[in-house]
Amino acid sequence: MKARAFSYFRAATIDQALDAHARASDDARFIAGGQSLVPALSLRLQAPRLLIDITHIAEMRGVGREGGYLRIGALTRHCEMLSEPLIAEFAPLLHAAAPFVAHPAIRNRGTFGGSVALADPASEFPAMTLALDAEIEIAGPAGHRRVKADDFFIDLFETALQPGELITAIYVPLFKADQRFAFDELARRRGDYALVGCGMLATFIGERIDDIRISFFSVGNTPTRVRSAEATLIGSGLGAERIAAAQAALERDLAPPESDEVPPAMRLHLARVLLGRLLGRLGEGA
Amino acid sequence: MSGFDETLLEEADEIVRVRFVVNGRKVACEVAPRETLVDCLRNELELTGTHAGCEMGACGACLVQLDGRAVHSCLMFAVQADGAKIETIEGLTESGVLADLQAEFHRRNALQCGFCTPGMLVNAHELLSLVAQPSREEIRDALSGNYCRCTGYEAIVDAIDAVAKARSEGGGAT
Repeated sequence: MKARAFSYFRAATIDQALDAHARASDDARFIAGGQSLVPALSLRLQAPRLLIDITHIAEMRGVGREGGYLRIGALTRHCEMLSEPLIAEFAPLLHAAAPFVAHPAIRNRGTFGGSVALADPASEFPAMTLALDAEIEIAGPAGHRRVKADDFFIDLFETALQPGELITAIYVPLFKADQRFAFDELARRRGDYALVGCGMLATFIGERIDDIRISFFSVGNTPTRVRSAEATLIGSGLGAERIAAAQAALERDLAPPESDEVPPAMRLHLARVLLGRLLGRLGEGA
Repeated sequence: MSGFDETLLEEADEIVRVRFVVNGRKVACEVAPRETLVDCLRNELELTGTHAGCEMGACGACLVQLDGRAVHSCLMFAVQADGAKIETIEGLTESGVLADLQAEFHRRNALQCGFCTPGMLVNAHELLSLVAQPSREEIRDALSGNYCRCTGYEAIVDAIDAVAKARSEGGGAT
């Protein structure tokens, strides 16, 4: 399996990358880590005439504080989610999710922005941008804009990105002392795609939940926030009854698709099990 | 939009000249942009220790070190690696950094048909450079992207575990 022939252009700046895309009349793809794109090209699921390498664009690198946010450059690699101290301190949910992303060698190349742009519904990081209330910084022919994660994921592999646009950074609100997070996934084998995965971020007042965002992946066409379950938890503590109510509410939030491997009822059951475990950990101060 | 700007393709039919430092030696290759790094290493540079298996990033037979980190050479195009420092199994072997791992793989029959072995060694080498004393679970976790079709996993985990212990006791042949 080999990719169809294409032309290759290495961009040094965002403007160069956007310009090349425009000149290719959108018959182009941006490549950074390439850990999903290269197999797609090899299988000829995609066959653009031009590949624009954005790996060397300095503006899209680096992690730093900006106001109340951590700005994570789109080219930040998955392995850097584990090694970068600012992420461990200010975006610990991403740090917790990173070891579950594929295998070490994939994490050495794959990029955070690429994962969010692809929006694979079974991926960890797109779902975590929802839990974190992150904002996606996008550059395109019409200029720069920032889109809330809540508005970014539209349908299967479909996002708010328009042709010719690319993600330049992700802004994550800084983790605060009154917040707690939890992450886990259920997979048949470590490194495989999860049957069900979930991450959450809660703000507490004492032992009472003031605000919570819970995001599931591998349960539908997009990463999915479970707003009914969130609503049952806000304003109360994490007693067994309250956790059970949140688990019950998942029926209103999730509609797992038909699949030969995992029937919808089983996936919903697994989602409840996972939600119960993670809320239990939050209650213990996870 | 005024259609595809054909001047973009001026380079496309041409072969692109790329330069790497492979196993400590500066080399230049002429490749088509669609040529993967593993094909370039094997076909142009005749470094056939790196194996092309699934060519999908699933089996790990093609792992090489790129700028010091293990990567799938099937999941990148050679043009992307222009300017990079690459170590293949040949270079890592010559330098001796794998000698104790290789001896232990051999001793425990952790290489049966040997097809997956180069990738397993590159992966194990990176794991032990990041975590001095990994648990068996951590070793298995790190190897989750490397397939052994002979199912030699138990011996492979044993070998890596033994080397980690030997190195931490100062007995490693590094």
